[in-house]
Amino acid sequence: MPDRKPVSLRLLAPFAAALALIAGTAQAGPTLDAVKARSTVKCGVLNSPGGSAPDANGEWRGFNADFCRAIAAALFNDPRKVEFVATTRQQRFTAIQSGEVDVLIAGVTQTVTRALQLGLHFGPIVLHDGQGFLVPKALKVAKATELDGATVCTMPGTTTELNVTDFFRLNKISYKPVVAEEFREVLAAFTAGRCDVLTQDASALAITRSQLPKPDDYVLLPERISKEPIAPAVRFGDDQWQEIVNWTIWATIQAEEFGIARDTVDGFAGSPDPSVRRFLGIDPGIGEAIRLDPRWAYNIVKAVGNYGEIFERNYGKDSPLKFARGPNELVQRGGLIVSPPFR
Amino acid sequence: MTAVRLAHLGGGRAWLRRCVGTPLNAALTAAALGLLALALPPLLRWAVLDAVWSGPPSACRGAAGACWAFIAAKLRFILVGLYPPAAAWRAVAAAGLLGGLVLLSAHPRLWRPWLLGAWAAGLAATLWLLGGGGGLEPVASRLWGGLPLTLLLTAGGLVAGFPLGVALALARRSRRRTPRLLATVVIETVRGLPLIVILYVASLVFPLMLPGGISVDKLLRAGAGMTLFAAAYIAEAVRAALQAVPRGQAEAALSLGLRPTLVLLLVVLPQGLKMAIPSLVTIAIGFFQDTSLVAVIGVFDLLNTTRAATLDSEWLGFHDEAYSFVAAVYFVVCAAASHYGLWLERRLNPERRR
Repeated sequence: MPDRKPVSLRLLAPFAAALALIAGTAQAGPTLDAVKARSTVKCGVLNSPGGSAPDANGEWRGFNADFCRAIAAALFNDPRKVEFVATTRQQRFTAIQSGEVDVLIAGVTQTVTRALQLGLHFGPIVLHDGQGFLVPKALKVAKATELDGATVCTMPGTTTELNVTDFFRLNKISYKPVVAEEFREVLAAFTAGRCDVLTQDASALAITRSQLPKPDDYVLLPERISKEPIAPAVRFGDDQWQEIVNWTIWATIQAEEFGIARDTVDGFAGSPDPSVRRFLGIDPGIGEAIRLDPRWAYNIVKAVGNYGEIFERNYGKDSPLKFARGPNELVQRGGLIVSPPFR
Repeated sequence: MTAVRLAHLGGGRAWLRRCVGTPLNAALTAAALGLLALALPPLLRWAVLDAVWSGPPSACRGAAGACWAFIAAKLRFILVGLYPPAAAWRAVAAAGLLGGLVLLSAHPRLWRPWLLGAWAAGLAATLWLLGGGGGLEPVASRLWGGLPLTLLLTAGGLVAGFPLGVALALARRSRRRTPRLLATVVIETVRGLPLIVILYVASLVFPLMLPGGISVDKLLRAGAGMTLFAAAYIAEAVRAALQAVPRGQAEAALSLGLRPTLVLLLVVLPQGLKMAIPSLVTIAIGFFQDTSLVAVIGVFDLLNTTRAATLDSEWLGFHDEAYSFVAAVYFVVCAAASHYGLWLERRLNPERRR
């Protein structure tokens, strides 16, 4: 197995070697072998509303949790074959590096340092997040550039505040900052109308809005003034496993591009379209290439639905968060979500 | 304690005299009553009068008071976490078993050797109930959570930490240099580190030291770290108590021809441990509260299940209700333990009673 641990950890190698002798076990094969041997996918998640959180019955629900289930459906034709491993912000990267989880779908922003210093391959971007603006509808603003002269609630010294300053300067419009140390105070100021604009990552704004006394009185502006591409991560040195994760996510996107949904997927069995037939495994080919059940993509859609369904169920209009798709719309409808061709 | 006992002796009238007897006391009483008058009505209005007791999340939107419907909907999750609903009775039974063991151990009259056996059997039964096997459906440790887990971490850490702590205390008092040095290094290192650092080492550094493919259960790692932490503090409490046993006791026993091991087991330790009990109870209460730190490594103890319950997008934003509820649970347990400690102290040291 190639070295996948940061340089500093090599100092610990003698300990690891000693422990290996004590344990007397050979190194396990690649992740895919381990996953197949244990018949479950260990999926690292992070508690967040809409992302992944246990419901009243202790079932993990959310956008990230559904992608974990999609991987299990692709491999085992059973979305329940997931071991959800709750991680924390501090501990999530250790969990993936140490092999405690097979894949990390925990709201991680893809960055170059994370990829190279932590030894992680990022999969397809599942969520284009970024800093947005929440304003009262009464303000009658449709675009962020119309916010000239607005009062903006921020917390001092944060990246959020810097992004706001840059955005207003670049667009040559003015704003008045209302600064408070704590998010609770910021929120109180916004609810009381002491500022016109609340700014955070857009997904966080959707969560905040759903908790306001009258969520429908506020609107999330379409602009994103920072980049927070959220992607799943796997360890270096597991190419086959990485491809399965990647193509599982792309399969949900491709399904939406084809217009195939959870409820309608069975109706496509007789489809004359050769690309749909290949995708659903009616005509063989792709399953062999990825070394999975020929109907793996069908199984994914049948289990969790297409990308749009996953989004709307957890973040969007079918959820309490009512997060508009915005950049997370398909490319063919003006967003950024796209799948490479399945052929 | 003196104040309360005097009040008991003198009845309500004496108590009243203590409250308003001197100008200073009268002023303090008035100030306290004033604060209560300010704080209580809004609290009552929030917690009782304007509260929503049942219904869906929509029933709570716009309500002025607390949304206890949230607690009602999430009660099972807060108490047993991710534990499979069909097997929830096992988690409840495990919590009951641990609680029963604590109650059983409460009275000094029952402090007999068989109690140690009862604890060993009780902990084994708890692990069996939670983990399954032997006729019960296996439940992975990552699904354990809530109150049973908090109790298990507390009881397991203390029960395993106690013998280790006593051994460390004895080693530190040893005449031989090597055990003394080793024990001192262990105790001072562990006591010099915050528990959260020990947990991070157990959950972040340790797994990276293991070769690929081998992983030690996260809960076990956390439990081992906490046991070590408890042992270091217990060791110091026990050592201090052993120090307080008059030297003449050991000398008298030796001069009667008792072997040194027996002197320790029959004379010094029984007297020393008795004196260590008040500080051990304090350590136990602190340790119970410290278990909530396992949340930082993603273990679902009682506090973390409560936090997770507030992140369900169906029920967002009910932090006040959630934390009020869990604070009440922690308070009841800790207050009961602390009163028990006071009672025990009086009972064990009747000569000190005033």
